[in-house]
Amino acid sequence: MPMPAAEIESLIKQGIPDAKIEIRALADDGDHYAATVISQEFAGKSKLQQHQLVYKALGSHMGGALHALQLQTFAPK
Amino acid sequence: MPNINDQIQSIVDSNDVVLFMKGTPDFPQCGFSHQASQILRYIEVDFKGVNCLETDELRQGIKSFSNWPTIPQIYLKGEFIGGADILRELFQSGELFTTLTEKGIPFKAPAGAQA
Repeated sequence: MPMPAAEIESLIKQGIPDAKIEIRALADDGDHYAATVISQEFAGKSKLQQHQLVYKALGSHMGGALHALQLQTFAPK
Repeated sequence: MPNINDQIQSIVDSNDVVLFMKGTPDFPQCGFSHQASQILRYIEVDFKGVNCLETDELRQGIKSFSNWPTIPQIYLKGEFIGGADILRELFQSGELFTTLTEKGIPFKAPAGAQA
């Protein structure tokens, strides 16, 4: 069951409240997205830890309904 | 037969570079897995490709082993580095070359890459 971009955004926001999120569909099948997430919570964390924060917010959806998420994460400069 | 966790542990312990992927380096079955194996081949890093589609036990086991929900997954000297996105970012920033050098893993830096 594909996942709408808005739902991905709200899940990430719930997990990372200050996140600025930009999502675009990579394909029109509803389960391939690219997302850029910017949050103060990423400051001082490795890329791996930053991505894990986002995946934790997405919970079981990631790898399930959401097949592929091309992720870029940044701490605000 | 050791449990899946121990099997994965022995693979990452006995190979310097391991790419858990969908398909094989010659026949990748997912864009992200293909991208990851392309990067490793481009910089001429020897790696062991493990096809996670062979068994569902491996496909799920690798995700709990690393607490990472997707495939591919890259390991350097037993350390989990990340998925395709992180490998690409490390490659583009040049950080991948620093990490490989630190871990004593031979590679061929592309011309103009900063190490």
